Amino acid sequence: MGKPEHFPSETIKPVISKAELVRRVSAVLPAESLLYDEEELKPYECDGLSAYRKLPLAVALPETEDQIRAVLKICHEGRVPVVFRGAGTGLSGGALPYEHGLLLGLSKLKRILEIDPVARMARVQPGVRNAAISEAAAQYGLYYAPDPSSQIACSIGGNVAENSGGVHCLKYGLTVNNIMKVRFVTIDGELLEIGGDGLDAPGYDLLALITGSEGLLGVVTEITVKLLPSPVKAQVVLAAFDDVGKAGQAVADIIAARIIPAGLEMMDKKATGAVEQFIGAGYPLDAEAILLCESDGSEEEVESEIARITEVLKAAGATQIRVSQNEAERLKLWAGRKSAFPAVGRILPDYFCLDGTIPRKQLANVLKRIGEMQDTFNLQCANVFHAGDGNLHPLVMFDANDDDQLHRAEQYGAAILELCVEVGGTITGEHGVGIEKINQMCVQFRTPELNTFHSIKHAFDEHGLLNPGKAVPTLQRCAEFGAMHVHRGEEKFPDLPRF
Amino acid sequence: MSDPLQQFQEKIRSAAANKAPLRIRGSGSKDFYGVKLEGDVLDTRGYSGIVDYEPTELVFTARAGTPLREVEAALAEKGQMLPFEPPHFGPDATFGGCIASGFSGPRRAYHGAVRDFVLGVRSLNAAGEDLQFGGQVMKNVAGYDVSRLLTGSFGTLGLILEVSVKVLPIPDDERTLRLEMNETAAIETMNRCAGQPLPLSATCFTDNSLYIRLSGAASAVSAARKQLGGETIDGKTFWQSVREQTHPFFSNPGTLWRLSMKSTAAPLTLGPTLIEWNGSLRWISGEGDLENRQAVASKAGGYATLFRAQTRPKAIQYLSPAMMALQKKIKQALDPEGLFGPHRLHAEF
Ligand SMILES: Cc1cc2nc3c(=O)[nH]c(=O)nc-3n(C[C@H](O)[C@H](O)[C@H](O)COP(=O)(O)OP(=O)(O)OC[C@H]3O[C@@H](n4cnc5c(N)ncnc54)[C@H](O)[C@@H]3O)c2cc1C
Repeated sequence: MGKPEHFPSETIKPVISKAELVRRVSAVLPAESLLYDEEELKPYECDGLSAYRKLPLAVALPETEDQIRAVLKICHEGRVPVVFRGAGTGLSGGALPYEHGLLLGLSKLKRILEIDPVARMARVQPGVRNAAISEAAAQYGLYYAPDPSSQIACSIGGNVAENSGGVHCLKYGLTVNNIMKVRFVTIDGELLEIGGDGLDAPGYDLLALITGSEGLLGVVTEITVKLLPSPVKAQVVLAAFDDVGKAGQAVADIIAARIIPAGLEMMDKKATGAVEQFIGAGYPLDAEAILLCESDGSEEEVESEIARITEVLKAAGATQIRVSQNEAERLKLWAGRKSAFPAVGRILPDYFCLDGTIPRKQLANVLKRIGEMQDTFNLQCANVFHAGDGNLHPLVMFDANDDDQLHRAEQYGAAILELCVEVGGTITGEHGVGIEKINQMCVQFRTPELNTFHSIKHAFDEHGLLNPGKAVPTLQRCAEFGAMHVHRGEEKFPDLPRF
Repeated sequence: MSDPLQQFQEKIRSAAANKAPLRIRGSGSKDFYGVKLEGDVLDTRGYSGIVDYEPTELVFTARAGTPLREVEAALAEKGQMLPFEPPHFGPDATFGGCIASGFSGPRRAYHGAVRDFVLGVRSLNAAGEDLQFGGQVMKNVAGYDVSRLLTGSFGTLGLILEVSVKVLPIPDDERTLRLEMNETAAIETMNRCAGQPLPLSATCFTDNSLYIRLSGAASAVSAARKQLGGETIDGKTFWQSVREQTHPFFSNPGTLWRLSMKSTAAPLTLGPTLIEWNGSLRWISGEGDLENRQAVASKAGGYATLFRAQTRPKAIQYLSPAMMALQKKIKQALDPEGLFGPHRLHAEF
């Protein structure tokens, strides 16, 4: 994985001093919206990837779009790198500050501007919490579908920047499938409307391009999201298995039975053990793996689907099956899954939450190999898994105060990501590359693809001021990384000098 | 004969060397669309075939030149479908053309558009380099989403070689209802239904009738049918005619306009109208000018497209100056020399 220190080619030095930056930004922001004392900067030194920390030059917390535009213009002129920050729950270090850069936080833009219940859309500011949208829409019988486990904290702007998913995205899609329009400001302060109130927009699909662009192309200042009618009913089935492979096969069997469940999650024994100690969700502790499979829809749909799911799970060899009998029980079963990360965080102070996605048929194989690597790196790993869409979340546990453990954890994480690529998958399904997986980008992509990314970046941000050194590695970095690391026997960057 | 991939690469490289633009084309079923057809034809049909399909993964991969009907037949055999119900607009439409046009059919408002189901694209750029973006997995946020950028780009950003899409099971039951009402009431009804947990899979208003298709578990479909009322009709023929634009509405003489807008927008009174997608897609037939149509659509939060005309139009869509500038930069980023399909989408590039 990637250390936060930058390679020389990725370091950008502003042409104005810190004092000058503060002076200019003070002129466009209210006094309380600009922080530059070390004390005040401290809360912004890291995001959800807390093993890596750095203090920014200053933090700007604008209250309006106009202020954002003015601040960006100043940074553009002064060649000051900028990092955007929503709620700081990101797990790949996307909001990790730079020593020489400004951190621009969106936490003060947290108004829900409009809910149109008839057209089923909500217009919100970027700092609005994900869960707040569904809470506000509930009175109309509507909700916003993507539900990351961090939904009570993470911001919708951050969701757009990461293209976040949730446990319901197998059926309802990711952020990119559930937003209609954004207002977007580029580094030179230019404002654009991307998307529309209809279902498409003219020209190339820039809405898709900026979704998941990790704050490298510009800042999202307003989002119009699609709202869906809340299902009348939802029920979840818990199934226990004495073998991880059988649980994986059960997932394929459900799909083969032409069922697209609203949610289909898996947890291994280490994860259920941690969760049980933490909140007591009622998971069986002797199972090697459990599945949570949810059905939602009308009374009739749910009744018939739950019956079919139960049948398939039985045939797949489940040792125990439980169907939630009421809403409280359903929520309790999900609460266990949604608190898996903090539960694991109680075992050891730090964890890397990996995010590789694989073809589902590789599940048993990959989990087995991840398990074996525990000995190689002498570290523990628990697994939670968006099983329906093949998105793994291995949680590698360590203590960051111990340099050797941190180093081994990085290597373990890297090995898992490379395994995902090897079996035909990707290094990140929903958490983004950030700084954490920057080196593995060199494993997944070759020079021509990276060049395409750099050309796109250049079209939006000529001087590379937005989140430099993250998400897309320079060819230089890949050459350095590749020199240590020959992938699948082929040299990935033959056209670059080795050093 | 050398393999088609190599031929494509050679063709692209020699075109680049001669600064002679290329026009990427499948069967030409979407040739009617766009401002200009310029350049030497690069026919994708030689590069055909299903690359990978495992129904339990819900992922399907095929080469660009594969006939769309073959793709749909292979999926149907396993009880699955392309959820965006793409129009073919011709008997030999290709899979690549379907992705490159980005056209979605009646199911779009309920399941999603082509772009919502594209998982990965393999393509050749203007240097003839073989690129892979996205992949064969359901979720992938590594790097910018170039797969979706290529979707709907009409062959102007690169040559799409292979595409992986997410597919879905064909619903167990499907019924179509017809309810008589005027346009205002139909728009109101479509939006009201869409706000309820009903198993909708298509809506259309034309000739003072609202057509509603219900898809899903038999029990859910029959419950919804009781709730909505109306007359049950032969849905297959009707939706096919809307999807392929063979419905009599589309044989009205003159220009066909496509207006995308907020679903709740009031009737536009611009002439004969067919409405889809809960009200967010309005087809208008008859003469008019783009500026005027755009003004109407943009007031309702959308935009206008000149979809089909007797003669090649000067422009099919309007972009704001800031948006035009950015779109041009994207084109330059991916196709710096303007090799692929110049002026197909805009007179400007
Ligand atoms: C316990 C826990 C559980 C999680 N579960 C999930 C899950 O189930 N699914 C999932 O997908 N993720 C999950 N995450 C990851 C994280 O919550 C998401 O990535 C989330 O979208 C980040 O939102 P944020 O507001 O915290 O963004 P931040 O962390 O503040 O920022 C993330 C990135 O977005 C950029 N950014 C933020 N706001 C903007 C903006 N307005 N414009 C442009 N760029 C911006 C930042 O520069 C940064 O690169 C989880 C995290 C935690 C801690």
